[in-house]
Amino acid sequence: MNQLSVVHLLVLVVRRDLLLAMRRRADVLTILVFFILVVSLFPLGVGPEMGMLRKMAPGVLWVAALLASMLSLGRLFSADYLDGTLEQMMLTPQSLSVLVLGKMIAHWLVSGLPLVLMAPVLGLQFDMPAQGLLVLMIGLLIGTPILSMLGAIGAALTLGLRGGGVLLSLLVLPLCIPVLIFGTGAVEAVASGLSAVSNLSLIAALLMLCLVFTPWVAAQALRISME
Amino acid sequence: MAINWFKYSAPSTFYGLAGRLVPWFAVPAAVLFVIGLYIGFFVAPKDAVQGEAYRIIFIHVPASILSMFLYLVMAGYAALGLIFNTRLSSMMATALAPTGALFAFISLWTGALWGKPMWGAWWVWDARLTSELILLFLYFGFIALHASIDDPRRADRAAALLAIVGSVNVPIIYFSVKWWNTLHQGSTIKFSGTSMHVAMQQSMFTLLLACWLYAVAVTLVRVRSIILERERNTLWVSELKEVGL
Repeated sequence: MNQLSVVHLLVLVVRRDLLLAMRRRADVLTILVFFILVVSLFPLGVGPEMGMLRKMAPGVLWVAALLASMLSLGRLFSADYLDGTLEQMMLTPQSLSVLVLGKMIAHWLVSGLPLVLMAPVLGLQFDMPAQGLLVLMIGLLIGTPILSMLGAIGAALTLGLRGGGVLLSLLVLPLCIPVLIFGTGAVEAVASGLSAVSNLSLIAALLMLCLVFTPWVAAQALRISME
Repeated sequence: MAINWFKYSAPSTFYGLAGRLVPWFAVPAAVLFVIGLYIGFFVAPKDAVQGEAYRIIFIHVPASILSMFLYLVMAGYAALGLIFNTRLSSMMATALAPTGALFAFISLWTGALWGKPMWGAWWVWDARLTSELILLFLYFGFIALHASIDDPRRADRAAALLAIVGSVNVPIIYFSVKWWNTLHQGSTIKFSGTSMHVAMQQSMFTLLLACWLYAVAVTLVRVRSIILERERNTLWVSELKEVGL
């Protein structure tokens, strides 16, 4: 039992967080509804002209995804922090970075993946072409994990602070800008007849970079917040 | 005789040193400001393309350079504080943040004033403007995180981690924004030489130096206040003559 393999540990953490999320399904749905609502507000705000909406769609969807993922970040560590589980996790001999990575993955599965799956439906409302939708989905698929991972650092730093939610957005949103740029850039590249590969590759590169560094940084942040 | 290299890393000794150093930075800063502005407004010739409006460059460029440079200095101090647990380094990082944010703001403000006559718009979504704006947000994030944590030790360490993550991100943000859109004119001064008039160069470098000295002076004053605030319960603070009750 002492020699828990890294993969096994990861699976345990992810499964536990998913189970907890399933017990509180309303939380997951709220994020999804928020995402849909924000996207739906844009046509009401800027007018129903299809040409403009088609042009705006990738940006609107990406910004809405960014905001929706900020909304759910506050809960990433706070429930475990409040009931003392987080403290127990930090006392275990296993690597805290792996535990944090597990929580990031679970967070993405709960709050990122539904957005990816919902995005094409909303894209259709904006009359996006099929190819653009596909690129948008791929971009969100590899981009939203970055949001969860960068967000985890912010969530760990703001753990237990008053006004944590707004502060968290202030800390994390500027760091997420490259993902937004490359994500919308990919869709625009396809729309103007270019290849989306370069933009998507850059997001994938960011994903790899985050995968290596953010679990460790977030673990350090947790140690700072918990001491 | 062995030199004690770490003598001034203690807040109690640095407090006095900072107090003695402040005038040495503040006075030259004021003098250089006057000289630089005089050259900028009266000696430097009118620009062939941009007319008189270009003169805003003399404050715009130093402010932009310092806003970026101070972020790195701040992150450096924050990292020192995080790694070696030196209290003074964290205090320096905290003291640098408002000055850096101020320069970022001045840079954006003067940029807007310059953009109106040149590009016909107060604000354009250009790469450099946008990344400067993001830099300002990074400063705000650092200040806000530090301010919202009551325990100074935790605040120092959390803000330090944020500053380091931010400084890793700055080049990524810069290049992503650069590829996204570019309207801003390129640098006139390159390592290979410049097309600038001598008086313009003199004014700009004088003001750059003045801003630099100003930043040092203000940071030292601010770090003195931070030291007093943090160490208010210690004996050496109660023995200071400016504190005497």
